Amino acid sequence: MAVTYCFSRLATALVAVLLLSFGSVAASHVEDQAEQFFRSGHTNNWAVLVCTSRFWFNYRHVANTLSVYRSVKRLGIPDSHIVLMLADDMACNPRNPKPATVFSHKNMELNVYGDDVEVDYRSYEVTVENFLRVLTGRIPPSTPRSKRLLSDDRSNILIYMTGHGGNGFLKFQDSEEITNIELADAFEQMWQKRRYNELLFIIDTCQGASMYERFYSPNIMALASSQVGEDSLSHQPDPAIGVHLMDRYTFYVLEFLEEINPASQTNMNDLFQVCPKSLCVSTPGHRTDLFQRDPKNVLITDFFGSVRKVEITTETINLQQGSEIMESSYKEDQMDEEAMEPLKYAEQLPVAQIIHQVEKLYKEKMVHYTVKKMNEITHAQRILFSSWDGFDLQCNKKPKLKDWHPPGGFILGLWALIIMVFFKTYGIKHMKFIF
Amino acid sequence: WDYRRALPYLAFFCLFFFKMEFRSCCPGWSACCLPFSSCYFLTLPDKMKIKCRFQKAYRRALDHEEEALSSGSVQEAEAMLDEPQEQAEGSLTVYMISEHSSLLPQDMMSYIGPKRTAVVRGIMHREAFNIIGRRIVQVAQAMSLTEDVLAAALADHLPEDKWSAEKRRPLKSSLGYEITFSLLNPDPKSHDVHWDIEGAVRRYVQPFLNALSAAGNFSVDSQILYYAMLGVNPRFDSASSSYYLDMHNLPHVINPVESRLGSSAASLYPVLNFLLYVPELAHSPLYIQDKDGAPVATNAFHSPRWGGIMVYNVDSKTYNASVLPVRVEVDMVRVMEVFLAQLRLLFGIAQPQVPPKCLLSGPKSEGLMTWELDRLLWARSVENLATATTTLTSLAQLLGKISNIVIKDDVASEVYRAVAAVQKSAGELASGHLASAFVASQEAVTSSERAFFDPSLLHLLYFPDDQKFAIYIPLFLPMAVPILLSLVKIFLETHKSWKKPEKTD
Repeated sequence: MAVTYCFSRLATALVAVLLLSFGSVAASHVEDQAEQFFRSGHTNNWAVLVCTSRFWFNYRHVANTLSVYRSVKRLGIPDSHIVLMLADDMACNPRNPKPATVFSHKNMELNVYGDDVEVDYRSYEVTVENFLRVLTGRIPPSTPRSKRLLSDDRSNILIYMTGHGGNGFLKFQDSEEITNIELADAFEQMWQKRRYNELLFIIDTCQGASMYERFYSPNIMALASSQVGEDSLSHQPDPAIGVHLMDRYTFYVLEFLEEINPASQTNMNDLFQVCPKSLCVSTPGHRTDLFQRDPKNVLITDFFGSVRKVEITTETINLQQGSEIMESSYKEDQMDEEAMEPLKYAEQLPVAQIIHQVEKLYKEKMVHYTVKKMNEITHAQRILFSSWDGFDLQCNKKPKLKDWHPPGGFILGLWALIIMVFFKTYGIKHMKFIF
Repeated sequence: WDYRRALPYLAFFCLFFFKMEFRSCCPGWSACCLPFSSCYFLTLPDKMKIKCRFQKAYRRALDHEEEALSSGSVQEAEAMLDEPQEQAEGSLTVYMISEHSSLLPQDMMSYIGPKRTAVVRGIMHREAFNIIGRRIVQVAQAMSLTEDVLAAALADHLPEDKWSAEKRRPLKSSLGYEITFSLLNPDPKSHDVHWDIEGAVRRYVQPFLNALSAAGNFSVDSQILYYAMLGVNPRFDSASSSYYLDMHNLPHVINPVESRLGSSAASLYPVLNFLLYVPELAHSPLYIQDKDGAPVATNAFHSPRWGGIMVYNVDSKTYNASVLPVRVEVDMVRVMEVFLAQLRLLFGIAQPQVPPKCLLSGPKSEGLMTWELDRLLWARSVENLATATTTLTSLAQLLGKISNIVIKDDVASEVYRAVAAVQKSAGELASGHLASAFVASQEAVTSSERAFFDPSLLHLLYFPDDQKFAIYIPLFLPMAVPILLSLVKIFLETHKSWKKPEKTD
């Protein structure tokens, strides 16, 4: 009995091994095909990063957007494929104790402003109209190339928006709003003209999930930092700068992205788990029903990075060698070059020395400016230091006022009607009290 | 005001036309007897059918043609048969030779030449007509539009059932293209690299682009970049004492270099970049390995819709002088062979389906066979027509959905122009004039895009109903109450004053 039991076990083990070996051979072929099938069909990546707030107390929204910008650039998307819309009034704000910097961590660990930030729409150019024009492509012909979204049907686009929002709308620069229906219509127009292959929409505002409720175009995946009725909270205030530096959801998304490199295989399901309710206080949400592929097959680098599809070139064309005309022109070139002097390398700019001198200057002026002392410096002293223009590299833009429109004729006509009816009813003799 | 010009209604169907001429040097043949139909259908996915029609013409071979066809090899025959005037695009000349002619190798039944000519061997057999008819149809289909070419051209507008690399690779149809050749020299202290790019472009690339000039405007630039590294560290293979780049690392090579290429600064046309990388002395020689670990013969790879990169290894014999930097003269023929092949692939000039027992001649020195250009123009015309019609349809849908968009006169005139161009292009395709059909289809795409992307068509000011109530009721309701009461009072007074004269009467 025990023998037959052992024998049957052996037989099943053998069969299993045989099946496995067959299976692995077949599986590798199937795996190849499956890999082909589940991989995204995009050839280039774009990113549209929008910060919709201005003013000093909205420092954290600018820091959010700039941190995402840095990650996206680090993972490979070039500046020519990023449309960055910022109010850009943080780094040179008179209230910034460290001019020309925007920090995203406490203790000023990470300056996300850096020295190679390329802002495409700054200050008062960040409007709903410009944003919709960028998305739909209806741009006046004089717009420079860096301000256009030149995506095609094989582009994966990442759209990140942050600011103050409510149920169904997002506030732009404290003067206008964009509704979720307008956004959904803009995406539908992008789909009609095949301006994207797949779209990832991330929004970090209060009640962010309301913004993606109305999407109806295919191939869109959306993530939001909070549900309808919840507020997204900020992460940490910095006592030296005096404002909150980042929002919680973006802070944890960035910690997650710092571990991604261009070759990593992490998928979207991990991004959905970032920032659970215990850390974020609000409940992040996502929407994948419009997306064709399964999120677990979607790589993070499909949207945040720019990994190109590559094929080996296996064929060549046979070209015949040119005739003697080629040889003679070849010799002429050679003789010309020999006649010239050999090339030397020019004197390189002594960058290291310049940096050293600048650092010395900085230390002389700011010799007591350590982080510990910052808490002791009074408000007046902080303002005094901030007026120092040592790093005034990027602080020379003037704001542009919006146009003022007179009130419309409809309102005037209405008031005229009211006044006429009033005097008709109660008699013309009351007019003498006015004139 | 809501002002809209009326937009026309467009029906789109497709009919292709293809002209074939038979020249026979066998006695007793007549094309009327050949039993293949002059009309057939190409079926695409999503049940779309396209009708293709042949027009046949037949004549006997002239004396000089007979002499040429009895020469020793096909190449000599072709040289002698060179037509004084160019054959029209979209047409095909088929020469029929006898069964025992030695023009073709004995086992080959047909031959496809580089300039819209083909040679088919006749036979003496009971079923001769059927067999020869089949051969001719196969040859004609190889040289003209087939279903896969059409499906690739229309890939955007058909539902995708499988992700095929060939469908994703070609560039989209555009008015012009910019081609940039870059030489990357990461180690100028060791290699003093010179390349005669102007001569090479003049000799090899310009004839290819001249042959393709019907498909768009081309502009070519070149540049040399120093200290441009690849983003990936190559690994050392001790067996061959060389460095290699694995296939998995290749996608990460392009991004660090791309920001330095300055490729998209100059024009709005799509850019194709061709990079020639001379590896640094510490990493020489550098080979590219494919999936199986074997080094690639061309040492090059390409990326769809972007361009190609080739690694050029400096010959180890030039280091013997041991004085750095070593002068390196790049062998432009080898480089251009690879770049032209990559250019063909990136343009979507696909390999034709060669029928069995058929000899296919390679492209001549231009790198492009004339009937390949015909296939490209056909595919591009179809793609342009499909794009223009979908753009116009989506514009119409947009206007239907959002009622407060205003259509100005110039937008309407662009739409009319686009519709006229689409109709003209379809008509020219049906009558076989390929060049003018392509030009008309490009015009259709430009006009329709100009109409769709006009800056005035922005739909702002979406007002949902509850927001309208919320804004206007607090403003107007308090104002409206005294107005309404006053109007009621006026009405009662006038009513009383009308009634009064009646009473006193």
